[in-house]
Amino acid sequence: MLELKNVSFQVNADGQDKEIVRDVNLTVPDDKLVVITGPNGGGKSTLARLIAGIEKPTSGQIILNGEDVTSLSITERARKGVSFAFQQPVRFKGIQVFDLLRLARGGKLTIAEACEYLSAVGLCARDYIDREVNASLSGGELKRIEIATVLARGSALSVFDEPEAGIDLWSFRNLIEVFRSMRQHIHGSSILIISHQERILNIADEIVVLKEGRLTARGAKEEILPTLIGTESAVLDCRRDRPTEGGNVVC
Amino acid sequence: MLNWKEMDEMQKRLLDEVADLHEIPEGAYNIRANSQSAGRASTAHIEIIPREDGKGLTVNIQPGTKNESVHIPVVMTESGLKELVYNDFHIGEDADVLIVAGCGIDNCGSQDSEHDGIHRFFVGKGAHVRYVEKHYGSGSGTGKRILNPGTEVYMEENSSMEMEMVQIKGVDDTNRTTTAELGAGAKLIVRERLMTHGRQNALSTYVVRLNGDGATADVVSRSVARDHSYQEFDAKLVGNAACSGHTECDSIIMDRGKILAVPGLEANHVDAALVHEAAIGKIAGEQIIKLMTLGLTEQEAEEQIINGFLK
Repeated sequence: MLELKNVSFQVNADGQDKEIVRDVNLTVPDDKLVVITGPNGGGKSTLARLIAGIEKPTSGQIILNGEDVTSLSITERARKGVSFAFQQPVRFKGIQVFDLLRLARGGKLTIAEACEYLSAVGLCARDYIDREVNASLSGGELKRIEIATVLARGSALSVFDEPEAGIDLWSFRNLIEVFRSMRQHIHGSSILIISHQERILNIADEIVVLKEGRLTARGAKEEILPTLIGTESAVLDCRRDRPTEGGNVVC
Repeated sequence: MLNWKEMDEMQKRLLDEVADLHEIPEGAYNIRANSQSAGRASTAHIEIIPREDGKGLTVNIQPGTKNESVHIPVVMTESGLKELVYNDFHIGEDADVLIVAGCGIDNCGSQDSEHDGIHRFFVGKGAHVRYVEKHYGSGSGTGKRILNPGTEVYMEENSSMEMEMVQIKGVDDTNRTTTAELGAGAKLIVRERLMTHGRQNALSTYVVRLNGDGATADVVSRSVARDHSYQEFDAKLVGNAACSGHTECDSIIMDRGKILAVPGLEANHVDAALVHEAAIGKIAGEQIIKLMTLGLTEQEAEEQIINGFLK
């Protein structure tokens, strides 16, 4: 279980203090899939980075399974069970997909197990296991590999920052199935997704709305989702004004 | 014949590092230890002849020899040795062989140890050679470990050569010069991997002349300069015919390392197509952060990134 207590995050831009996250109180219970939505620039991704330890809050506390992890590093939080899938996955020259999955697992990993993780995200394992995680992979492929690394970790808390960003429609629909399946096997862990895609909101147990850094609504999907339909906090599929990749509309 | 059991443990360890040898190799071999031949064997198709002055070898590979290998590693464990050897390889037409060279120096003394090897390859028509050369240094002494390899490659029509040159650890000073002359249809591929530490210096110079129509060359170097080390990569392709060539230097710079990359292209024929790429930069912060989110420390993340880069 993750708890945020009065978490704020402030940056200094052009000599002016700007509060990106303001006094957020939030609980992500075990066995739940929680989606944080809200308008662009509302502080969603920053909140995810605060949870992973990539940014440190200006004030407030982050509690993981009863332990205050606010001052812990990225590494320490990862070891205590926080996984984080980047919005824009990182490329590595020379590191192969299998290497990355092995590092994610943090121990021995068989080829068969690696293949299972890749298959789960809709990649033909045989074609990818030896590929380098470099610029030869498309944005969508990288994104799926990124999600596979989180699956391989099997953490207490898996955080996904806009998992749909940069992937094509076909992959997006498969992605929903990946999250559905994760939800089914959630036992004792929790999933936190940053997204404003209606299809993702639709598989949430709980929805949290973040606007201008503040938590403005929170509750069961059935309660919150109807209030968001038609707003930029619940976008249906991929907008047509987004760029395309390989002829497909990119989310 | 070599008596493996008589080699000391340090020499065996160096052989493992530079030639992946855990026992007497199959095929033709010559193992040079502390400036003396510690064992040599020829085969029906590959003849190794020592030079009369004891300073090197002539290796004759018969035309049509297939799937055979030659191992000629050098190990030095005595401080203060300095040697210059000349090894000539004559690879017959249509042969297809693996040649493993490499030098390991362990210097626990205060005097410099130096091995300078001049290798010349005469690659016959249609022949294919895979050449692996690893350099390694170890030892706690103040004496330097110095390696200055010179490689000359002469490639006849439609021959091909793949060269893998690796120097990852422990060599204080290296000045490596590689030249190649390619005939029509010849193909040269070079993959160099280099890492320098401490106050090491590494200079690597390539001059590849594409002299015949259809000749191709691809020279790629990946390197990491750590601590106060210095690297210079100077790769020049010369297109004298309707040919194509590509050279690339990709480096990670760390700490107070310094790197100079000097890719050079010279086209003397209107149908010569030559390309060079060079990039130097530190490890991207986001790469380290990503691996830290997988539970690695910052230092472990750096090591993984470097290991992958140099793999």
